[in-house]
Amino acid sequence: MSPLKRDRYLHLVLKFFACISIVSLFFVIFFLVTESWRIIESTPASKYILDDAWHPTEGEFFLLPMIIGSLLVMIGAMLLSIPVGIFTAILWQFYAPSWFSSILERIVEVLSGIPSVVYGFWGIMIIVPLLGKFQAPGTSLLAGIIVLTLIVLPTITLVANSIFQQVNKLHIQNAIALGLSRFTIICHIIFPQAKRGLLTGVILQAGRAIGETLAVLMVCGNVVQIPGSVFEPVRTLTSNIALEMAYAMDIHRSALFLSGLVLMIVVFMLILMTERMKNRENAL
Amino acid sequence: MIRLPTNHSFPDRLLKFFSWFCGLLLLFFFIYLFSDIAQQGFSQVTFKFLVTEPLSAGRAGGIAPMLVSTLLLLTLCLLVSLPIGIASAIYLAEYTDETQWFSRIIQTNLNVLASVPSIVMGLFGYAFFVVALGLGFSILAGALTLACMVLPLLIRNIEDSLRNIPDEYRINATALGLSRFRTIFQILLPMATRGILLAVILSIGRAMAETAALLYTSGYVSRMPESVLDSGRSLSVHIFDLSMNVPGGEQNAYASAFTLIVLLLMINIITLGLSRKIQKGAFSER
Amino acid sequence: MSANTTHSHLKAVPENYKAPPGIDKLPAYINIEKLSLSYDTQTIFEPLSLPIYQNHINALIGPSGCGKSSLLNTIVRLTDYQNNAKIKGQIHVNNKNVLDDSTDLISLRQNIGMIFQKPMPFPMSIRKNFELPLKEHGVKNKDELEYKIETALKDVGLWDEVSTRLHQSATQLSGGQQQRLCIARILALEPKALLMDEPCSALDPIATKVIEELILNLKGKYTILIVTHNLSQAKRVADYVAFMWYHQGHGKLIEHNYADVIFNSPSNPITTAYVQGLTE
Ligand SMILES: Nc1ncnc2c1ncn2[C@@H]1O[C@H](COP(=O)(O)OP(=O)(O)OP(=O)(O)O)[C@@H](O)[C@H]1O
Ligand SMILES: [Mg+2]
Repeated sequence: MSPLKRDRYLHLVLKFFACISIVSLFFVIFFLVTESWRIIESTPASKYILDDAWHPTEGEFFLLPMIIGSLLVMIGAMLLSIPVGIFTAILWQFYAPSWFSSILERIVEVLSGIPSVVYGFWGIMIIVPLLGKFQAPGTSLLAGIIVLTLIVLPTITLVANSIFQQVNKLHIQNAIALGLSRFTIICHIIFPQAKRGLLTGVILQAGRAIGETLAVLMVCGNVVQIPGSVFEPVRTLTSNIALEMAYAMDIHRSALFLSGLVLMIVVFMLILMTERMKNRENAL
Repeated sequence: MIRLPTNHSFPDRLLKFFSWFCGLLLLFFFIYLFSDIAQQGFSQVTFKFLVTEPLSAGRAGGIAPMLVSTLLLLTLCLLVSLPIGIASAIYLAEYTDETQWFSRIIQTNLNVLASVPSIVMGLFGYAFFVVALGLGFSILAGALTLACMVLPLLIRNIEDSLRNIPDEYRINATALGLSRFRTIFQILLPMATRGILLAVILSIGRAMAETAALLYTSGYVSRMPESVLDSGRSLSVHIFDLSMNVPGGEQNAYASAFTLIVLLLMINIITLGLSRKIQKGAFSER
Repeated sequence: MSANTTHSHLKAVPENYKAPPGIDKLPAYINIEKLSLSYDTQTIFEPLSLPIYQNHINALIGPSGCGKSSLLNTIVRLTDYQNNAKIKGQIHVNNKNVLDDSTDLISLRQNIGMIFQKPMPFPMSIRKNFELPLKEHGVKNKDELEYKIETALKDVGLWDEVSTRLHQSATQLSGGQQQRLCIARILALEPKALLMDEPCSALDPIATKVIEELILNLKGKYTILIVTHNLSQAKRVADYVAFMWYHQGHGKLIEHNYADVIFNSPSNPITTAYVQGLTE
C-alpha cells in the first residue's frame, strides 16, 4: 500500500474509533429509555408523587421518598464538604508551612482514590455505632451525609486548591506591593477570581454525590420514608436500584430503569450548567 | 503555594483558625480511617489469605477468587478500552482542533459519559451486555461496562499528552516527507508513552474502585472463575457483600479492604513517580 | 531610518516587479510564478514571481512578518495543514506545478528538503533519526542505510563527532550539532534543493560559522534557498538575493538580483535603506 493511501485509511479508522465513545453514550441513553418506556407509557407521572406507598408489584410507585432521600443526602454532604474543602485548600495554599502542605497534598490525593465501598464499610464499623449511641438505630440520613461528605471532600479540596493556584500571580504580586493584608488579598483578590471555577467544580461533585450508591446504601438504613429527622433512616434512588434490581421483574424493573433515567437527566443538566458557565467565561 | 505577607488582624486570625480546624479535621479523619483499617486488616492478610478460597460465605478462608476476578476484569477492560482510547485520542489531537464542532461534540460527550452515575452504568451494562448481547452475569460483561466508564479518562489523558508534544516535531516530520502514519506511530506515540502509561494507571485505579456498576454485570459469585464468561466477584464487591450480607464477616472485610487500599496505594505511588517526570498538572483528571 | 524616510520609500514600491534583464536566462530549479498566499481574508504576500536558480545559493531577505517563512512553507506544501490557507499562482519544479492536487507530496518533500530555525531532531537515537525518513522513501537494505547515514554525516562534518555514538539520543547533541544533524538527515534523502529558514539564528557565532561553511560546500551540488536576517551572512554566502518588504499590511517582492547588485547598487530606494543597515 502506498504511504498516502495508508494515511487515508488511517484517518478513516481513527475517526471510526473516535465515534465509539459517542455510540456508547447513545446506547446508555437508548437502553435506559427503552427499558423504562413501559412504565412511562402506562403510568401517569403524578403517581410517583401522589401514591400512598412504594409497592411496585402492586402498581404503587411512590418514588417521592427516594427522590427526597437522594436530595437530602446530597445537599447535606455538599453543605458539609464545601466549606471544609475550601478552608482546607486555603490552609494548604496560604497558611500552612510548606512541609505541612506537601503532607496534605499526599493525603488528599490518596484519600480521593479510595473506593467508596471502603468508606461505606468504615461507616458501618465506626460511624453507625457512634450515632447509634445517641439515637438508635444509627443507620440514618446523618450517617449517609457523613459518609458521602468523606467521599467528596478530598476531590473538592483538590479542585479548590488547583483553582487557587490558577489565580493570576501578577494580581497577587501587585496586591502585596500595595501593602494589602493577607486577609484582604484572600477575600477580595483571590476569592472573587476563583468563584466561578469553584462553582463549576462544586456542581460536578454534586453530580457525583447524587450518583453515589453503595456507600450510601450501606449506612442509610434504606427504609422508604420521608425522614422526620436526620437520625431516621432513608432510602435514596440509587440504593433503591441496587437493592431491588436483584429480583425486580416487568414493570417493577421498568420503574428502576426510570429512576436511573431520572438520575442521568439530573447529572446531564448539571453538566450543561457547567458547560454554559465555561462558555460564558470564554465569551467575556 | 503562594506566600502572602503575614499579619495578625482579627479576621485574618479567624480565617487562619477555621482553615487549620478544617485541615486538621481532615488529617484526623485520615489517620483514624487508616489506622483502623490497618490495625484490623494487617494481621489478617497473610500469604495464605491471598491464595485460598473463601469459606462459609467469606467469614473464613481467603480471597484468591476475588483477586483473580479483579485481575481478569482489569485486563479485559484495558484490552477493550485501550485501543479505542488511543485511537480516539490520536484522532482528537492530530486531526481536529478544539474549536471544531466534531471535536466539541466528542468533548461534551466525554464529559457526560465520565459522569454517568456508576449504578446507572450498571443498569446499562445489565440491559445491554448481560441481557441483549446474552453474555449473562459474566466477567466479560463487567469488563465491558468498566471499559465504558474508563474510556473518557483514557481518551482525555492520552489526548493531553499528545497535544503537549511541540508542533515542530510534526512539521519536521512532514517536511522530511514522512507519512502521517509513520509520524504518528513512530514519532508521536513513542513520545507520549509516559502519558499513556499514566492514563492506563489512572484507569486501573478507577476500575479497581468500582463496585456499583459490577453488581449486576459481573455478578457476585465467589467461586474461582473458570472462564471470562463465568460470573466473578471483584474485591470491592466482596467488601460490600461481606459487610452487608454476611454477619460475622467483618474481620475478612477489614482484611479485604486493607488489601484493596494497599493495591491502590501502590498504583498511587507509581503514578506519582511517573507524573513527577511529566510536566506537572498536565495529566490530571479533568 | 526615521519614520519620515520610510514613508517616502513606500511610495517607491514598484507596481509590478520585473526581474532585471538577463538574469532569468539561468536555469531555475524552482520557478515561482504569480504566487500569492492568504489566510482567511488576510493577504500574507501579493502575487510574486521568483526563480530559484539551480545549484546556486539564493537568499531571501526582508523584515519580520513579510511572509518569507510562509513562502518557503508553500513551496513544500506545508500550508496544506493550515486549513485556512488560500494559494493562487504556480510553483514549477521539473516542469510540474507543485500546487496541483496530483502532486506526490512524499517525493516532493524528498526532492526539496527544509531546514528550520530551531533544530528539532526527533527524541530518539541518531541512527533512528536517519532510518525513519530513509525507510519511508524506500531504502530497506541495511548496508545501503549504513552507507547513506555515513555519507550524509560526513558531508556535514559530523561523522567524527558522532560516529561512536549513533545509538545515543540525538537530543543530547549541542544546538549546532543538532542543526547539522537536521541538514544531514535531509541530505541522506538525496534532495535536489534545500530550503533553509534562518538556519543559524538559534546558534552561537562559532556554530553559525560552521553552518555557513557547510552551506558554501554544498553549493554546486544543491539548489539552496536561504532565508536570513543576518545581512552580512547573506552577503557572504549568497549568489542571488531577493528582497521582500512589508507593505500595506502584506508582503511584497521588491527586488531580485545578483547579490553584488543588491548590496552595492540596488535599484530600489527601500532596498538601499534596508541594506544600509549593513554598511552603517
Ligand atoms: N496559520 C496562519 N494563519 C494566519 N496567519 C498566519 C499564519 N501563519 C503565519 N501567518 C501570518 O503571516 C505573516 C507572515 O509570517 P511569516 O512567518 O511568513 O513571516 P517571516 O517573514 O518569516 O517573519 P520572520 O522573519 O519573523 O520569521 C505574519 O503576519 C503571520 O502572522
Ligand atoms: Mg520566519
